[in-house]
Amino acid sequence: MSSMDLEQFHDIFFQESGEALDSMEQTLLALPAGQSDQDGINTIFRVAHSIKGGAATFGFTELTSFTHTVETLLDLARSGRVMITNAETDLLLCSVDVMRDLLAAASSKRTPDSARVAAMQAEFVNLIESCAGRKSVSAPVPEIVSTPAVNQPVALANASTSAGGAAGEWKIRIEPRAQMLRHGNDPLRIIEALRELGEVSVRVDAAALPPLADMDAGACYLKWTVQLKTAASREEIEQIFAWIDEDAVITIDAPVVAVPEQTSAQVAVAEAEPVAAPASPVVETKAPTSQPASASRETTTQAPSAESSSIRVSIEKLDELINTVGELVITQSMLSQFATGRGDHSSDDLKNGLSQLERQMRALQESVMRVRMLPISFVFNRFPRMVRDLGSRLGKQVDLKMTGEHTELDKTVLEKIGDPLVHLVRNSIDHGLESPDQRRAAGKSAVGTIHLNAYHKGGNITVEISDDGAGLNRERILAKARERGLIGVDEDPSDERVHNMIFQAGFSTAETVSDVSGRGVGMDVVRRNIAELGGNVQVFSTPGKGSMVRIRLPLTLAILDGQLVRVGEEVYVIPLVSIVETIQIHRDQLSSIAGQTELFRLRDEYIPIIRLYELFEIDADSTDLFCGLLTIVESDGRRVGILVDELLAQQQVVIKSLETNFRPLVGLSGATMLGDGHVALILDVPGLMSCFESGCGRRRPALSAA
Amino acid sequence: MNVAEAMQVQSHAVLTTAGSQYLTFVLAGEEYGIDILRVQEIRGWTAVTPIPNTQEYVQGVLNLRGVVIPIIDLRRRLGMARIEYGTTTVIVVVNIISEGRRGVAGLVVDGVSDVYSVMEGEIKPTPEFGAAVDVKFIAGMAALGEKMVVLLDVDKLL
Repeated sequence: MSSMDLEQFHDIFFQESGEALDSMEQTLLALPAGQSDQDGINTIFRVAHSIKGGAATFGFTELTSFTHTVETLLDLARSGRVMITNAETDLLLCSVDVMRDLLAAASSKRTPDSARVAAMQAEFVNLIESCAGRKSVSAPVPEIVSTPAVNQPVALANASTSAGGAAGEWKIRIEPRAQMLRHGNDPLRIIEALRELGEVSVRVDAAALPPLADMDAGACYLKWTVQLKTAASREEIEQIFAWIDEDAVITIDAPVVAVPEQTSAQVAVAEAEPVAAPASPVVETKAPTSQPASASRETTTQAPSAESSSIRVSIEKLDELINTVGELVITQSMLSQFATGRGDHSSDDLKNGLSQLERQMRALQESVMRVRMLPISFVFNRFPRMVRDLGSRLGKQVDLKMTGEHTELDKTVLEKIGDPLVHLVRNSIDHGLESPDQRRAAGKSAVGTIHLNAYHKGGNITVEISDDGAGLNRERILAKARERGLIGVDEDPSDERVHNMIFQAGFSTAETVSDVSGRGVGMDVVRRNIAELGGNVQVFSTPGKGSMVRIRLPLTLAILDGQLVRVGEEVYVIPLVSIVETIQIHRDQLSSIAGQTELFRLRDEYIPIIRLYELFEIDADSTDLFCGLLTIVESDGRRVGILVDELLAQQQVVIKSLETNFRPLVGLSGATMLGDGHVALILDVPGLMSCFESGCGRRRPALSAA
Repeated sequence: MNVAEAMQVQSHAVLTTAGSQYLTFVLAGEEYGIDILRVQEIRGWTAVTPIPNTQEYVQGVLNLRGVVIPIIDLRRRLGMARIEYGTTTVIVVVNIISEGRRGVAGLVVDGVSDVYSVMEGEIKPTPEFGAAVDVKFIAGMAALGEKMVVLLDVDKLL
């Protein structure tokens, strides 16, 4: 096979390896410190092994060699000769990063950071060697680990550790499954093959033999423990079991420098209790006292089983499906309108049929939309690692709680909320939570809590990030706001308004809320990102008790809850999420700035008025401000009033891109089809505001309504 | 090879030996042609949704079976005077490839006229000047008997 042939599989390899690394990271974080979790270690081992295999196949030598080193350590852990404590977990987490980097490098065909890889690899080799050393110094205390989970068929790994070498005594346990003989595998042949490698002593375990009457002549009930004295390497031994596959559980324990009596005692015990898994000596090392901070992960629900059956489908295919369904919905509503318009009584059956069709269409549309939905855990999963790292870096103890990870939302939305959420969680740890000392002084537990919560509410998804830290410091925000002239000196704004100040561009939370220097993007970027997705952000805070940021997002970007408005003959859609209220204007509420911008006084706020007919250069019913309605919309904390002739229905509309066949247009975020087949344009509120401010479209010289 | 495939190959062979086919239409009494392989469909004039703040030759957008397509007044695009749309006014829906992207757009013309096969050799280069429309839209000129047809480059029209 030429390299060209293989290249078509690269993408799949990168994608799958990326996912595999994610799961490796999660498993690592879930490992209980200082205890052996065979299941977890096996999972991690399998991930490393399959990445190594893939990398070798595709010729990514650096990745192969690095993963091989990681695998060697994991193999030691698997056989119980290395305890995975916090230090090892940290090292393995770093190795995940290195492997990610190597993968990214391979996929973008750039040169990876070789120095980092080499340094990392050296650390692993050190650890592996020190473990080998530790093993020979402290005599291992053999211990029966009676976890049935150990019954993993040996992934036929070529963990070519230094374990081979001189003649050592290997302990091999063969536990055939009932079907082994039927599949043509003969245990005798295997033992004969082992005999060729060196000196063999075999013990048979017949404990599972049923009474003669119940015995199935074709099944295998016996188990064997083979002591093999050989100089052969692990690979050579594993070679013999190459054909066993699923037919038996093979456990190969590398030679242990142990007192022979102990070994035999251990075997005797193991045989006395057939359910007990093969004994593996465990080096009892107390977990070294961990770093100042320890972050633990707590979830109320179990992560979804990785084995749940699924298929990979390209996004394009799904979008095509969604589009077709969207068209069907439009056609269906066209038919309904037609039927109601006719108003003759003979068509009751038709109407019944149509209303049934409508219900079914809605169900179909919902389930098609659901296909693009993914649980928010895809985003949440990165937080345990981040919280752990950041907590230890800042010397804070953080407990991360996550609830509602199964809440589903559209993949596109999911991809875009990652960064804002990361920023908010960072903020909570950095600025929200106090240091352990401060917390104790305030009478709180030294361990701070960050709680991520997601749930569905009224066609939206709500994500809450809360902490039990100090809360926002009203006085400091106020001082800063006065300094920047955002509020008057004697003004006493509401808490809500003060909390919203942190979203002002350049209003660094670091300067106002905490002394720790801020990093990266500000809260204004968070709010803008979320607004771009059609969502909004709210902040709640109680001094001394903590703060909470609540994000409301649409479930999908494909449909939108819209308010239909009419201006002259045209119908426009205003996203419902940005509408504050709609009112009629009274004469005494109007004023103007420099005879230019018309302002409308809404309670204690002055709101500029956008005459939509003017901006869009179309004919309205009336140019009189008092004949129309003013729809107040909000974006990015600013409000404007949009003058329209009439409010029509509120409905869910399917968003169609104008870009596909045309080009993006200022002030419009897309288009949709109305029931009568006509196209209605969807207003882009933030775009409309900046368009209005920059003066595109003509503007009235002065108030004309007076 | 099944029958349908065989026919497809055959018809393709006919096309290549006969040169390209062009759909012609009338604008202000003159005949213009576009590559027929770019024509998706022809439909009667229906009201469109105007688009604010865009070029004046963009008449608006239309719902073409669930896809939003821009509608271009070809008279205005080529710099001719606008006329009232009448019963013969049609929208020629074409596939446009510009900047590596494929799009669909509708061209409003006074009326469609015919389909001609034009041999490769019959297409003359565009004269530097003298044509009624901007040369950047013109792919070439074809002499069809007595008539001269201006062949337009569809990709330049959006």
